[in-house]
Amino acid sequence: MTPSPPEPQASAVVTFENVRIGFDEEDVLRGVSLEVMPRETLVLLGETGTGKTLTLKLAAGLLRPTQGKIEVLGQEVSAMSERELLPYRRQVGFVFQEGALFDSLSVGENVAYQLREDRLDEEEIEQRVQEALRFVELEHTGDMLPSELSGGMRRRVSIARALAARPPIVLYDSPTAGLDPVTAQTIITLILRLRDVFGVTAMLATHRSQDGFALANFRFDPESNRVVRLTEKEGFVTAGGNAEPVTRFVVYREGRVYFEGGPEELAESKDAYLQRFLV
Amino acid sequence: MADTPFQVVGRQAKPAERVSAGELLTDAFKHFLANVQDYSEMAGRSLANLTSGPRYFQDILAQMDDIGVGSLPIVLMAGFFIGAVMVLQTGSQFTRFGQTALTGDVVALALVRELGPTLTGILVAGRCSSGIASELGSMVVTEQVDAMRAMGTDPSRKLVTPRVLAGILMLPLLTALNDFIGLLGGCVASVFTLRLNAVEFWTRAIDALDFADVMQGMMKPLVYGFILATIGCYKGLTVRGGTQGVGRATTQAVVVASVMIIAADLFLTRVSLYLGDKIF
Repeated sequence: MTPSPPEPQASAVVTFENVRIGFDEEDVLRGVSLEVMPRETLVLLGETGTGKTLTLKLAAGLLRPTQGKIEVLGQEVSAMSERELLPYRRQVGFVFQEGALFDSLSVGENVAYQLREDRLDEEEIEQRVQEALRFVELEHTGDMLPSELSGGMRRRVSIARALAARPPIVLYDSPTAGLDPVTAQTIITLILRLRDVFGVTAMLATHRSQDGFALANFRFDPESNRVVRLTEKEGFVTAGGNAEPVTRFVVYREGRVYFEGGPEELAESKDAYLQRFLV
Repeated sequence: MADTPFQVVGRQAKPAERVSAGELLTDAFKHFLANVQDYSEMAGRSLANLTSGPRYFQDILAQMDDIGVGSLPIVLMAGFFIGAVMVLQTGSQFTRFGQTALTGDVVALALVRELGPTLTGILVAGRCSSGIASELGSMVVTEQVDAMRAMGTDPSRKLVTPRVLAGILMLPLLTALNDFIGLLGGCVASVFTLRLNAVEFWTRAIDALDFADVMQGMMKPLVYGFILATIGCYKGLTVRGGTQGVGRATTQAVVVASVMIIAADLFLTRVSLYLGDKIF
């Protein structure tokens, strides 16, 4: 949530170079290279089991690639020891697929978890927790247990937990999976707000291309407090040259990058495999 | 998902491989060795973590409460009845020789040196190794452990070390209480069945004990506490295969911890008898 200045920076925030990882002798990711620029949102599309979640876990340093190099925020994550990774991971927000809230802690304690770990003073923790919960419009749930919340609310709490420590990068693992369309829309709006209010760089794994297109076509206007379409005319905003947030798509197929490009290219593609994602 | 087209992946099925019995055995042995290595590393780290920060005192206290205070009822109940049964069994033999007064000696020695620590170890293993394995296992399955790592916390420090330390600190205390309640049970049984004098029973019981016996009885539970907590943590953190995996890990934790405690008992007894001769 550090309001990083929107100056055009040349260097990528996240870089994957020929990354491979696999389990039981079979590679799931077979040489993936990609880049995420500052304030950009990279949407990872692909069917189940193509390695979207793995990519995010690799970027967060939760897994180690068997081959290749991963650089995030100028640090070579793939070469760091577990001890070095602990402070690194605090700079990266991670929203897990099912929320992964600590079910024995209250909602407030969940959001405060990392702040307590960082040994901030209680007053500031309280303030930041309230701020994060207000952001996801759940400030009344602080004393409740995660089990008392609905699935969508739990997802929102996990977004609040990820943003409480104000990380410059947030990784979303299928944030809308298993939610009804209205709730999914709420989650996407939150992601939009997080991007446009705080300028976070994001990677988002999903199998719903409409999530990606929503991020590409809309933006959150803090002044009117509403989500607005990016341009007047219907269509996609091109990546080049404008100061608007940029959304790019990467489509995985069998562990490799099958497609990489902007929303326009993806939507206009005639490729049979890509067509499957365009509903 | 309704909005996802059917998935058609053109991956070739792997050709079925023939595996010989020898290969299977070697694989199983390698797998076992890898597990032992992982376990030793985790167990070693759980103690090494104590030498540097961050330390989670709140969690240590919470675990001491759970393992120590939580196990009190079963440990005390079992202790009382075991003490009483010991008197019934040994008393019936001693009456044949008219030496019922020796009952106190036997009960005290058996309880303090052997039954107290081992019984406490197995009882607490049944209660806490399973509890630890299922708690940590569920956390792994629901990605809470990953979430913890993602927020820069070392699960080994936050989850394992407090449980291991609590196990090591609480087991000797539980054992001491178990010994005392066992002797109390023995006393009650001997007064009512053997018509012994309660004061005589206690005097003989206490006189029978050397310092070496007490040392032996207090050293064993330190190791048992370590074993039952580390096995519970290891089985929990290595859960594979969802809810079913959690169930399996829970059962295995109790079985492995109980067997290891009994096996360790043999070696610890030998070591303490040797040390008892040399030092005390």
